[in-house]
Amino acid sequence: MSRTATNGSAASGSAVRGTTASSVRAFVAVLGRDVFVTGRELPSFLAQVLVQPVALLFIFGKVLGQLGYTQPGYAQILFPGMIALNAFLVALQNTSFPLVLDFSYSREIEDRLLAPLPISWVAVEKMLFGALRGLVAALLMFPIGLVMLGEIHWNLSGLPFAALCMVLGSLAGGTVGLTVGAAVPPRRINIMFAVILAPLIFTGASQFPWAQLDGLRWFQILCAFNPLTYVSEGMRGALLPWVPHMAPWVCVLALIGACGLFGALGIRFFLRRALD
Amino acid sequence: MTPAVEVLDLVKRYPKSSSNAVDNLSFEVHPGEVFGLLGPNGAGKTTTVGILTTRVTLTAGTARIGGVSVGSDPVAARRKVAVVPQQVNLDRSLNARQNLIFHAAYHGVPRTERRRLADELLDRMGLTDKAKARIDDLSGGQAQRLMIARALIHRPEVLFLDEPSTGLDPQARLFVHDRVSGLRSEGVTVVLTTHDMDEAEKLSDRVGIVDHGRMLTLDTPEKLIKSLPGSGTIDATVHPNGFTPDGLTDVLAAVQGVEQVEPVGTVPSQTGEDPGLRMRLYVADEPAALLGPVAAALHERQVTVNDLSLGSATLEDVFIDLTGRELR
Repeated sequence: MSRTATNGSAASGSAVRGTTASSVRAFVAVLGRDVFVTGRELPSFLAQVLVQPVALLFIFGKVLGQLGYTQPGYAQILFPGMIALNAFLVALQNTSFPLVLDFSYSREIEDRLLAPLPISWVAVEKMLFGALRGLVAALLMFPIGLVMLGEIHWNLSGLPFAALCMVLGSLAGGTVGLTVGAAVPPRRINIMFAVILAPLIFTGASQFPWAQLDGLRWFQILCAFNPLTYVSEGMRGALLPWVPHMAPWVCVLALIGACGLFGALGIRFFLRRALD
Repeated sequence: MTPAVEVLDLVKRYPKSSSNAVDNLSFEVHPGEVFGLLGPNGAGKTTTVGILTTRVTLTAGTARIGGVSVGSDPVAARRKVAVVPQQVNLDRSLNARQNLIFHAAYHGVPRTERRRLADELLDRMGLTDKAKARIDDLSGGQAQRLMIARALIHRPEVLFLDEPSTGLDPQARLFVHDRVSGLRSEGVTVVLTTHDMDEAEKLSDRVGIVDHGRMLTLDTPEKLIKSLPGSGTIDATVHPNGFTPDGLTDVLAAVQGVEQVEPVGTVPSQTGEDPGLRMRLYVADEPAALLGPVAAALHERQVTVNDLSLGSATLEDVFIDLTGRELR
């Protein structure tokens, strides 16, 4: 009796391992598909992730500075914020937009929902891949900013922490993107721009140091609800420690919290859309 | 032997719905057979297929694919099934061949085998010259064939075809039918949902007719047809000579041996007189024996007979008999 039971549990144990192995293989293949497609659409990907932040950096960092409307140090404050903005926003957009389309007219995602891996893993893959694109977009900002602004004065020992903020910021963007993409019905996609993306861009402390907003208390509080604020503040604090900034541990904790909250919420919405 | 598909007391109720979409449905599909799931629109066919392919969660009951419960182990069940849906859901970011190769990769088919299988299936589906085509450039029939190829590349135990030939031209339809017959000879279990009776009769080993989420009957097409009360038919095309269709129905129903009479349509007259009427008579015995009495009954009332022909009931008659005539 006990032998049978042992055999049974051993068999089911190996079955579970087999299923996990095939799920991992499927996950890698699904991620591989997204990387492959991005490779084929590289020019449009670059245009999508670079045009907007480069334009912002150029106007606010370069043009207004040369015209004398901004103080000389402003470009230095703006640059880390633009990198943070790109990490967070590109991850968000690259997770949410494809998802809205996938769940509406194209139904393309069905192929992956029928692959042998848990459906929540498909959601995680979408998020992870969006975050990956966000990270690439953020890294691309470095050389562009260097060329455009000519010189930057960074505390180089802060680079590792800045990198951590970029990674967490991309992941947070991916989780928010998953939540938004699975929650917004396709016919509301136009509104998404106006009521979600624009406020996120301008309440994320990427164009101004959050810690100096004492005079605009209500706006400071509002910004604290935007995960992007913690990416911007974390990066600025690491690279420009002399500018007033939020404590680094607050940034890390807030971003981990945002990833957990929106990750869980996003997976729930995703499952609701994927299963009837 | 483990059934390929096993459905027991299956219930699905969608949220906010007042009735069950699938209501205590039970059936089994044997390994290697082609099973037709028939029913009017909204009968619960697609929901049933959705549950069996793990895309719809079940409310109660059991559904197993090759012994694996789709409710408690959907990942293992997904390795055993493949679906060809009604709507094209191919990956538009990939070309035709890449669609096959990536699908195989999701299912863990080794790299070299993927390529070989993809080329082989493209060839079998007559798509070799479309291997590099974008999905948007494929015709409806080509997309359908590519979806069948995609479904087959991971060697599923059970293949679900949802309305396989809706919207296809006759050539493409025949091609799909040939492929389905080919799959049967290879031992792949096929479950097809359709409301095309000819298709179901031609392809299926057994047919289950579903309505309002319940199984009304399940048997081979031949046996289902034989089970009709009046399995032979006589089609009579007549000039009514003043008779209403109802009047004629009464006249014909009075002939001994005729079980049921149904007007099936009008035939335009060449000479510009009243249009002809076509009536279908369902008879209990050998229909040929009733040709004389039917002709005599019509002749007595000076109804001109243009044509009398023998026929046998079809699956469509069984379907209408069970599910009624009213529109959904």
